[in-house]
Amino acid sequence: MDFRFTPEQEALQKEFEGFCKEEATRAPEGWIGGLSAEETDEGWAYHQSVVKKVAAKGWLSLPWPKEYGGHGHGPVEQLIFNEVTAYYRVPALPFHFMTVAAGIMVYGSEEQKKEWLPKIARAEINWAEGLSEPNAGSDLASLNTTAVEDGDDYVINGQKVWTSGAHRSDHIFILARTGTRESRHKGLTFFINEIGPGIEFRPLIFMNRSHFYNETFIEDFRVPKRNIVGKVNQGWYVMMAGRNFARANISFAAAGKRDLEDLIEYCKQTQSGGQVMAKDPLIRQKLAEFSIDFEAALKFAYYLSWLQSKGQDIAAEAAACGYFSSELNLRLANTAMEIMGLYGTIKRESKWAPLYGKFQDLCQWGSGFTIAGGTTEIRKNVIAWIGLKLPRG
Amino acid sequence: MNFDFTEEQEILRKMARDFLTKEFPKTLVREMEEDTTGFRPDIWKKMAELGWMGLIIPEEYGGSSGSFLDLMVLLEEIGQGCLVSPFFSTVICTSVLLDIANEEQKKEFLPRIASGEKIFALALTEPSASYDASGIETTATQKNDGYQINGVKLFVNDAQVADYFICVTKTNLSSTPEEGITIFLVDANTEGIKVIPLPTIADDKQNEVVFEDVIVPKGNMLGRLNGEWQAVERLLNFASTAKCAEMIGGADWTVESCVAYAKERVQFGKPIGSFGIIQHYLAEMWADISHTKRLVYHAGWLLEQGLPCAKEAAMAKARMSDVYKRCTRMGVQIFGGIGTTREHDMGLYYRRARQALPLFGSPDLCREKIAKELGL
Repeated sequence: MDFRFTPEQEALQKEFEGFCKEEATRAPEGWIGGLSAEETDEGWAYHQSVVKKVAAKGWLSLPWPKEYGGHGHGPVEQLIFNEVTAYYRVPALPFHFMTVAAGIMVYGSEEQKKEWLPKIARAEINWAEGLSEPNAGSDLASLNTTAVEDGDDYVINGQKVWTSGAHRSDHIFILARTGTRESRHKGLTFFINEIGPGIEFRPLIFMNRSHFYNETFIEDFRVPKRNIVGKVNQGWYVMMAGRNFARANISFAAAGKRDLEDLIEYCKQTQSGGQVMAKDPLIRQKLAEFSIDFEAALKFAYYLSWLQSKGQDIAAEAAACGYFSSELNLRLANTAMEIMGLYGTIKRESKWAPLYGKFQDLCQWGSGFTIAGGTTEIRKNVIAWIGLKLPRG
Repeated sequence: MNFDFTEEQEILRKMARDFLTKEFPKTLVREMEEDTTGFRPDIWKKMAELGWMGLIIPEEYGGSSGSFLDLMVLLEEIGQGCLVSPFFSTVICTSVLLDIANEEQKKEFLPRIASGEKIFALALTEPSASYDASGIETTATQKNDGYQINGVKLFVNDAQVADYFICVTKTNLSSTPEEGITIFLVDANTEGIKVIPLPTIADDKQNEVVFEDVIVPKGNMLGRLNGEWQAVERLLNFASTAKCAEMIGGADWTVESCVAYAKERVQFGKPIGSFGIIQHYLAEMWADISHTKRLVYHAGWLLEQGLPCAKEAAMAKARMSDVYKRCTRMGVQIFGGIGTTREHDMGLYYRRARQALPLFGSPDLCREKIAKELGL
């Protein structure tokens, strides 16, 4: 056992840190990272400027094979990058780009690889995600949006939801039904295309008033056959390729660790009931417990990337990582609000808001992270079924 | 980065598991819980022959120069098998000898530990039940050519079979507690020592040991006069992380056994493991343990490398204690009524989890330590 990075990994980490520290200084005031990139024009402009620099350094394609313009790095190097950017709250990655890139790398034609991968690596595309539907959430394989062959095209009809960042996007990927309804995940096809006539987005406003998600209405949207990734009815596996590429999620833990540090600093500087909060034994216990849990989450993510670099299937571990960290962040946000008391409820617009009202905001965003990309319940099912081999009920 | 155990460590693990399965079945565990000595000399001898007591002792003193992670592998298996024996006590005392004993003392005692000839017990805690220097009130005062020890030690594991005690004493009454700590090696047969059994939840042979005018030769002082509080702190890091390894073994047993039981136990015409609520209990237990192992192994690795590890050891002990407590509570719940009985194995682990929790630093204590590290 050895918990050290290699000298090369340490050098990479240093390089990433240097970049992120510099970029973090350019963040808009009160920037809390994460999804706020999509919220405001100012945030989006910041996000785009960072992404372009990251792309220019070639860091969007760290783990891609060299033949596709990548650096051939492993999951560990990718995780270092993700940890550093999340910790410094630098919005370094375009949304969803890895899902599409990985799908194309694993299942795409040579032609598609040549056409799409360089553009993705240069961050020239902003993707909207067309997966979930109003009646297909956790049970995604039951989705209803159809794609019907018509000459050189497929014609897509249906409705998608939770289309994150669609209002900032120029391209969309859609998982649509090409087989029978009974075929479930074996009757789905993965389409990529520029957004055009037949696609309509309507804002789906989050509980904190943010515009991040959208509903997408698809009516006779035509996609040429050459924009199908993989084979017809192979779309489920194309989508999973992207998930497999980035299984060890460290961004929750790294971002949460930073938020915890802010909370600790706040407790050191804030008086309550005649003494500084940091002296309160109850608060000390809570903060220490969070620092332990975040350390466990970070170490576990690296453990996953290690397993993955050995070629091991880590479905159950990834599910554990995802639910542990997302639940942890939500718990931190709620506890932080409790520690702050009444002040914890104030939103960023007010001069009275501690830490720009970050924790009341995270407390709302966080309730989405335990749902998006696999609910806590689905993740526990995955552990039970795949990890522990318990029978499906 | 490498999160794997070595091939040698995997072999050690398998050998230990085979040995304990064969030599120390759960029937014997229960028998030893009832037995006043909790000691089987024949099995102790075999453990010595397998090189367990000499595992972390350098070859020059009759050991096999194993690492701390080697020891953790062995302790995981011991935790899994619920071994009742003075192994843990002896090995944590060994760490003190390796840390601060002089060459002569090492030459005299280490080979006899490795061979299984001598059993050691740690006489650290007192009625204060504290792991702070201020909790040490047992005194050692200079008398003629030696020292005279007076005081009461509580929670002395395996004192009933120990040949020697590593006894932590206060030797400077006017200094700060930390600046007045001296450690002695005390022959358990010395006049004035009284061992009284202290029954505890895990039936793990804790004792009260009364030292009344116990005379110890000067040559039995370990390390420096008044200067070994730091050695106690290093010992606590070692012992608490070693205890975490034992807890990992017990927690793994709990999840594995509960999963197996949930697959075969049928209610309402289905295995209970097909019910969502039971699946989620088990998934949570598994995820919790998987995360916490990384903290424990990290602390263990730092110890092995000789790097500072106070914060990491505290993190590991706090979280592992809580996770083991939660898992064994859920374990009893999953086994249902039978899990609450003396005859069922689940209770062995449930009770051990509650014994291990306060040993060498409770979660609350560890978290307070971390709070200080965070500058709070």
